[in-house]
Amino acid sequence: MAVVNLTVNGQAHTLDVDPDTPLLWILRDHLDLTGTKYGCGVGECGSCTVLLDGEAVRSCSLSVREAAAGAVTTIEGLGRDGLHPVQKAWKELEVPQCGYCQPGQILTAVALLDRNPRPADAEITAAMSGVLCRCGTYQRIGRAVKKASEGGGR
Amino acid sequence: MTTVINLGRRDFLKTAGVLTGALVLGFRLTEAAAAEAAAEWGAVGAPFNPNAWLEITPEGRIIVQVPWSELGQGPLTAIPMLLADELEADWEMVEVRKAWNDPRFGRMGTGGSRSVRTSWDPVRRAGAAARQMLILAAAARWSVPAGECRARRSEVVHERSGNRAGFGDLAEAASLLEVPQNVPLKAPAARTLIGKSLPRLDTLAKITGEAEFGFDLRFPGLLFAAVARAPVFGAQVAGVDDSTARRMRGVRRVLPIGSGVAVLADTTWQALKARDALDVQWTPGSEPDLDSDAIAARLAAARPEAAAIMRREGNPAGALASAHTVVSSVYELPFLSHSPMEPVNCTARIVDGFCEVYGPIQSVSWGQSVAAAAAGMDPQRVKVFPSYAGGGFGRRLMVDYVTDAVELAEAAGCPVQVVMTREEDTRHGFYRPASRHVMQAGLDTAGGLVAWSHHLACPSISGQLDPAGVPDGRDEGAVDGAATLPYRIGNVDVLYSMVNTPVPVGWLRSVYNTQNALANEAFLDEVARAAGRDPVALRLDLLPGDNRLRRTLETARDHWGWPARLEKGRGQGVACHPCFGSFVTMMAEVSSPAPGRVRVHRVLAVVDCGPVVHPDGMRSQIEGGIAYALSGLLHEGIRIRRGRVAQSNFDDYPILTLDEMPEVTVVSIPSEDAIGGIGEPGYPPLGPAVLNALFDATGVRVRNLPLAAHFGQ
Ligand code: FES
Ligand code: FES
Repeated sequence: MAVVNLTVNGQAHTLDVDPDTPLLWILRDHLDLTGTKYGCGVGECGSCTVLLDGEAVRSCSLSVREAAAGAVTTIEGLGRDGLHPVQKAWKELEVPQCGYCQPGQILTAVALLDRNPRPADAEITAAMSGVLCRCGTYQRIGRAVKKASEGGGR
Repeated sequence: MTTVINLGRRDFLKTAGVLTGALVLGFRLTEAAAAEAAAEWGAVGAPFNPNAWLEITPEGRIIVQVPWSELGQGPLTAIPMLLADELEADWEMVEVRKAWNDPRFGRMGTGGSRSVRTSWDPVRRAGAAARQMLILAAAARWSVPAGECRARRSEVVHERSGNRAGFGDLAEAASLLEVPQNVPLKAPAARTLIGKSLPRLDTLAKITGEAEFGFDLRFPGLLFAAVARAPVFGAQVAGVDDSTARRMRGVRRVLPIGSGVAVLADTTWQALKARDALDVQWTPGSEPDLDSDAIAARLAAARPEAAAIMRREGNPAGALASAHTVVSSVYELPFLSHSPMEPVNCTARIVDGFCEVYGPIQSVSWGQSVAAAAAGMDPQRVKVFPSYAGGGFGRRLMVDYVTDAVELAEAAGCPVQVVMTREEDTRHGFYRPASRHVMQAGLDTAGGLVAWSHHLACPSISGQLDPAGVPDGRDEGAVDGAATLPYRIGNVDVLYSMVNTPVPVGWLRSVYNTQNALANEAFLDEVARAAGRDPVALRLDLLPGDNRLRRTLETARDHWGWPARLEKGRGQGVACHPCFGSFVTMMAEVSSPAPGRVRVHRVLAVVDCGPVVHPDGMRSQIEGGIAYALSGLLHEGIRIRRGRVAQSNFDDYPILTLDEMPEVTVVSIPSEDAIGGIGEPGYPPLGPAVLNALFDATGVRVRNLPLAAHFGQ
């Protein structure tokens, strides 16, 4: 056990936990931030994606010790002052079906557009292809990212 | 609120809304719809007979309880739309609640693409009855003829006198009236909500992380449980050494349950780690040496002479014997895992002599029964609250996880959330049955199709769940999509050999249509080639003139411009299939861009599901059906090795990724014909359309799946 200082959505937390615990379970079971989802636990699905200093990372495969080095943003922290443009595009195109994968999809798209505000179609495909959606919302995800990049999600 | 329900034969039952001044109206499925639901699902896990409730409060809030589980298919928007349209409610005033298994709803369960289509009549009729009651109340108040009043946007208006009153204002008076029967429904042209793509009511919660899925449920004192489950089908616990696990941080209990050995801990991670630290010995299980090859051999050994005759017309054997040409092929399809994005989980607690079950559950009433059995309680003391479900696809029709959660909550005396990891979800599923289809067709000298024979060998879902229920191996469910072959062919045989195995099987999106439509439609393409016929023209010849499937085929042909001019190296394929009351034709464009690669470029789906309640929701379900079917076609197949499932996670059981998604166009043919389902019919035509297009592109005819096994995706 050890004391870990973790910043999530702008808030500092001091936790007495096993520092090897994956960030995913710290968020969900210690901080009650259940918007970050478990899908595979081995970095294969992207449902657990959060932002670490703005980069999309898979929280199931990142220890809380590693996460403590930066600032974490979860879906709960995104667009706290109104919907983020990516969320707006998601709503406009009615992307979600079951919705389970969508926090991870949205945060992956946010990270992409932060570093590349006008991605080409192939760049969208490359960035989003690692995040699995069993409901098959892929066509809408691609279009929503495009829309958000064009400012259409505002 | 007091609610007294008289479950008579009347369709609508008014309940006492007097005390609160609310108009409360219940509505039930018709007996015919309930019987159809029962027939479709067979004896186990059925029948589903959901009912929904409307409440109008004095403030004019319109509360609709939706007894269908939200799995992604959107009933929380579509069902209230049906009601509000007939009611002439102001959509802004509509509030939606997810129903729990309140006995007033009757049997609850979500499957068979049934949510909207079985609600279509009763829910609209309830809306119409409530509207009429509000009008009668207003007319009485104003002493004007009811026929001169009309309802719109949550108000009743009498134009001549200029009187108007809100629904909330009228609710109490309306609640005192007899419920009128057989109020005429609105003409289609007068619909204000049905047919519009209104914003889905659950979207916001799903993009902000607020939607509570089963894994997200939290209760004071909740413990998380992970279970060591038998690796080999049918194995039992022979011994446990839990000394390491018990010493681990956060671990509260180690408990044997029916499905294995459970560790209860303060957090999910602690439970998972400690579960992995258990040392469990298992009995050998039912067939410890079973593997996929052995199962394939058993399916291949099924003899047609011993098979059940599920449909026979004319003299198929004679017609085949005397045919000018006989085409024959064998299709072999694997077990498939549902793999919903949210792995299976369930939360239970025992409070004040009641057992409460929470989580992503499709079979609410079945869950109630097994919870009662596990808790040793009267079913009336079990409440089941379905949460948002991260996909279902049929996996959550099974209720194994309910038993786990209730056994643990009982034994531990506190709320328990039992979680499955992805690995467990993959290995402890109820798989789409593997199947083998021996197909034969006879052509006459002119190339006309004169005989058709389909011998299906596969496990029976009903037969494995309840062997007594299918005593003679005649599982009607197994030949769904095979015996329902829509073509006019003089001599037809559909035979079924039930070959059960220790591998658990269950209902997966469109169930046996997944296999039978593929065999039918891919084989028909072979027949068309052999006869030198265009596959669309051949199908049109075989379908009767006034036929809804035919209409989708003609529309697809025109929309696609069949046969389309394609880039070099590309091929096109067609397939059509009726199921769950809907009719779908798909066309696909495919290439093999490099040896060993398959690329599906675009798919056209033409859908006739009768009236379309929510066009965008319908498109979304068809897109989803296509993605799900394509995922299976390209990548999926559960392999059995040493008596167990060989795969475990998305690294060895890969599913479709975004870069593999074709461009999908959905065209609907809306009509006032009988309404059909939409969650499942988007699956079956995709596979054969793609296989046929692949043949067109490459000359390679693939007859066993997944494609990855041939094309090394
Ligand atoms: S749960 Fe982290 S990648 Fe799947
Ligand atoms: S919306 Fe259901 S998994 Fe993506």
